[in-house]
Amino acid sequence: MSSKEEAKERIINWMKEQKKSKHYFNDICKAVPEINMREAKKLINELVSEGRLRYWTSGSTTMYMLPGVDDVEKEEKGMV
Amino acid sequence: MALKHKTPMLDELMKGPWPSFVTDIKRVAERKPQCDDILGLMELSYKDREGHWKHGGIVGVFGYGGGVIGRYCDRPDLFPNVAHFHTMRVNQPASKFYKTDVLRKLCDIWEEKGSGLFNFHGSTGDIILLGTTTDQLEAIFYELTHELGMDLGGSGSNMRTPEGCVGRARCEWSCLDTQDIVYDITMRYQDELHRPAFPYKFKFKVSGCPNDCVAAIARADCSIIGTWRDKIRIDQEAVRAYVGGELVPHGGADGPEKRPLDIQAEVIDKCPTKCMEWDGKNLKIWDEDCVRCMHCINIMPRALRPGEDVGATILVGSKAPILEGAQLSSVIIPFMKMEPPYEEFHEFVGKMWDWWMEHGKNRERLGELIQRLGMREFLRATDVKPDPRMVNTPRYNPYIFYDPDDVPGGWSRDPKAYRERHQP
Repeated sequence: MSSKEEAKERIINWMKEQKKSKHYFNDICKAVPEINMREAKKLINELVSEGRLRYWTSGSTTMYMLPGVDDVEKEEKGMV
Repeated sequence: MALKHKTPMLDELMKGPWPSFVTDIKRVAERKPQCDDILGLMELSYKDREGHWKHGGIVGVFGYGGGVIGRYCDRPDLFPNVAHFHTMRVNQPASKFYKTDVLRKLCDIWEEKGSGLFNFHGSTGDIILLGTTTDQLEAIFYELTHELGMDLGGSGSNMRTPEGCVGRARCEWSCLDTQDIVYDITMRYQDELHRPAFPYKFKFKVSGCPNDCVAAIARADCSIIGTWRDKIRIDQEAVRAYVGGELVPHGGADGPEKRPLDIQAEVIDKCPTKCMEWDGKNLKIWDEDCVRCMHCINIMPRALRPGEDVGATILVGSKAPILEGAQLSSVIIPFMKMEPPYEEFHEFVGKMWDWWMEHGKNRERLGELIQRLGMREFLRATDVKPDPRMVNTPRYNPYIFYDPDDVPGGWSRDPKAYRERHQP
């Protein structure tokens, strides 16, 4: 596994270990402290593109979460 | 057509001589059931004195982390047509120049796929499309990008859609090509605009002159405000014509009639630095004391014009009150030429963002971070040398701290040895 893929795995594992479901970008970066913020952004965006993370936004701020099954459907039904 | 919901409280807002959003929405509600429900929901909010919208959501278009804001009503049982009522932000053209056929096509898209309600424009300048459902988001995005050549704007922890005044397109005072700067920032920072990774929102606003018609100094995390570094251009004949009552002062803004201008009371005495003098025939300006307030130029536009050696003052840190109170921007770079490809400016932006991303807390704007860690730290991070023109208020802070490197000879300090000599 490349160091990039390994860092992405660490991000996903860190997300899974957390009690809260939504996380700020700054907090996720704690999972890969040796990587600077700009590089971490690229990794996190790749994870979003791959469907392994997803955005949540209030309109003014943005957070990241692990995707679940039927997320949009659940949100629309008011289940989250 | 009779509407479904009675709205006696909202109806009060239709009275009086002013335009009313209630009147507008009722007109659309005759053909759009969402708009009927939105009025009913608003009436309920007025009655309950609390909002009935949930906070945010995960919906968006593929590849973008901004531009779509999920909106859900918390009483879908009463108002099913606005159960899902997502907002889309569309990046406005620089300085908001539109062709009517673009606006017509935009209206057609939104009439078919959304509520028909727009907000021209949001506070960042975007066209706000108010109210659609999740299944329409990708279709709207496709038509915006492929048929209109338009893109979504910024939302969330992104760089927000850059905003600029009308600039040289219609304003003789503009010291900058505001449209080109807005376009350059928009295109260069596409990733920052669409894929959020900042601690919070970040806004650029560009004003062509110190009149600052987009209020960059009050609203932007980074304000680019046009200025000049040579002398105000004076047409002494025109000054005398204003005093003699041959020209309309203030460009007609305080009345269309010609009248003799009381230049002493209306211009000279109002100069904040008293850098002007009128001897009855000629106007003298000590430009080295001018603070670019624009008052004299605004009052006598035919006689005075900004200088010809133009550029921008770069300021940072303004914001509306959220975590901390409202702040105005601080001058960081008193003068920068701002000519394409704007490399000097972008170099500064890169350093500024690196520092903010590294040190900013969640939901902390750049101005709040500077307030927390100090201007000195910000200047050090961006490699900008302190300058007296950055001082907002003289003697505001009596404490001056120096670094050993900044003082000839420097000094060394050993806290451990100090503690051996002094008990805690």
